[in-house]
Amino acid sequence: MTKEFEIMDHTADAGIIAYGTDLKQAFANAAKGLFSLITNLGDVDEALHRDIELTASDQESLLVDWLNELVYHFDTECILFKRFDIIELNNRHLRARGYGEKADNAKHELKTGVKGTTYHMLKIEKNKGYRVQVLFDI
Amino acid sequence: MASRWKEIVKKIDDYRWEIPTSYKDGMSVPGRIFASEAMLDHIWEEHAFDQVANVAFLPGIVNYSLAMPDIHWGYGFPIGGVAATRVEDGVVSPGGVGFDINCGVRLVRTNLTETEVRARIEPLVIELFNNIPSGLGSEGKIKASRKELDEVMMAGSRWAVEKGYGLPEDVVATEESGCMKGARTDKVSDKAKKRGLPQLGTLGSGNHFLEVAVVDEIYDSDAARVMGIEDLGQVLVLIHTGSRGFGHQICSDYVDILGQAVKKYGINLPDRQLACAPIESPEGRDYLAAMACAANYAWTNRQFILHWARESFARVFNKSQAELGMRQIYDVCHNIAKIEKYDINSKMEKLCVHRKGATRAFPAGHPDVPEAYRAVGQPVLIPGDMGRYSFIALGTEVAMAETFGSTCHGAGRMMSRGAAKRSLKGVDVARSLAAQGITVKAESMASLAEEAPQAYKDVSEVVEITHQAGISRKVVRTKPVGVIKG
Repeated sequence: MTKEFEIMDHTADAGIIAYGTDLKQAFANAAKGLFSLITNLGDVDEALHRDIELTASDQESLLVDWLNELVYHFDTECILFKRFDIIELNNRHLRARGYGEKADNAKHELKTGVKGTTYHMLKIEKNKGYRVQVLFDI
Repeated sequence: MASRWKEIVKKIDDYRWEIPTSYKDGMSVPGRIFASEAMLDHIWEEHAFDQVANVAFLPGIVNYSLAMPDIHWGYGFPIGGVAATRVEDGVVSPGGVGFDINCGVRLVRTNLTETEVRARIEPLVIELFNNIPSGLGSEGKIKASRKELDEVMMAGSRWAVEKGYGLPEDVVATEESGCMKGARTDKVSDKAKKRGLPQLGTLGSGNHFLEVAVVDEIYDSDAARVMGIEDLGQVLVLIHTGSRGFGHQICSDYVDILGQAVKKYGINLPDRQLACAPIESPEGRDYLAAMACAANYAWTNRQFILHWARESFARVFNKSQAELGMRQIYDVCHNIAKIEKYDINSKMEKLCVHRKGATRAFPAGHPDVPEAYRAVGQPVLIPGDMGRYSFIALGTEVAMAETFGSTCHGAGRMMSRGAAKRSLKGVDVARSLAAQGITVKAESMASLAEEAPQAYKDVSEVVEITHQAGISRKVVRTKPVGVIKG
């Protein structure tokens, strides 16, 4: 399997670099990378799902808003997501479904809290496939 | 190359270094870093110079883009950054405050001695841990309604005191008396309110903690006495937390809104995370009104936690509050933007002072310093890592003249969280702290490894520089004996 994402070290915070053959996959892997900072994804089951629809002013904002929306779901509903279907994605619009379950202290180790997604060092690059880089405030 | 900074910065004296405007096209003022020569290699390596330079692009910035000695690589602003912009024609930037709006520190004295506390440290730490909700995804014991959350946003810590959580004198011994003016609840999104509601009265995770500390060294016994600190070995309690998901969401919301404003007002920025808007624009005013709501939430949060700390001590030591003497020394915020007045070229100007990982340090005689401290200056609370020291300092006239009444806020990270986790294990960190006589209880072992003392700079080096440079002066050093973490 090709690499989905990697963790990017930063003195105070942490980021991820995610890959995809298309942008949809890169966005999905970025979200997976986000939740891999919060918990061990292997311990998470797909017991529920949430639908997310967003509009933003450009592609970079869409990536930040997408990840922030997931942080919001975690913070308000304690949902750990492990898999994402990006149904629709263009420069300004995203429609997706995230699968996961509610965090359970007995089952999941909660690691790092993510306060929000930053624009610092944010990159969306297209080469053969897509590579997105994003830094979180931890 | 680590030494390349030598070609760029100008040495002013042993503690002051200047980045000239020629470093980056677009800087409207120079950068000024308070650091020792030894620290500059590390600051250079992690691109913090660039971030100091980027802040100097902000329209209306006055004198310098400043960095305190605990500076490290942030996002947009460096952590340890201070920037003042003219209210008249300058901007406000949510990135200059950060996600954790009014993250801050509250310090409480006690009548207890080290011997008394060490004898009961295990039950005390467990009691504190059980009584104060902490950790990722934790919900508070305060079941506030939407209406009550609105009241918290407007009133700040006074709200909690009126509900029976604390004493009126706690409010007096708090920066801004625990309530920032100009809050407007209609400027806060529904999402922020939804995130904030269940988290009111929680410590959180990451670098947030409650520490039971003992006085380890007194540098100025007269000033210490004003704070109610008399002897070595006296026990203090330090609380470090902020506005939780409520503030994080307000920051996210307004980075988006002000990102649009940047285009609207034609502002040129080197980093999107520096998104800003004129202070006197609708977007700028709305951010400041929402930010004040988060600041007030954070003060209320620390007020609840103080109350439960008092409760826990009373239970474990079976003493009354009068016997315990748990009086609040002070509460400071270190992630905030404030409208303050400064003498700029012999003219009093209204400025918006962004303190991103920096503490206000007002001198003796300043009208905003509570009466009890007016003769000595505003207490500055500087927590270190959980294995070494924390400091209490005082604000100075030098800070007013050079740093818009600001000084450092902590140790500053040296090692990334990933590197800390790879090289250390939470259980080993707990064990090695126990060997040093520090009892730690944490919700997550991973977060314990991330927050290990080795991941931080030595706070005493940081404080020494602010002391030598004169932007704050040290009064007391403390060392931890018990810590609870999320």
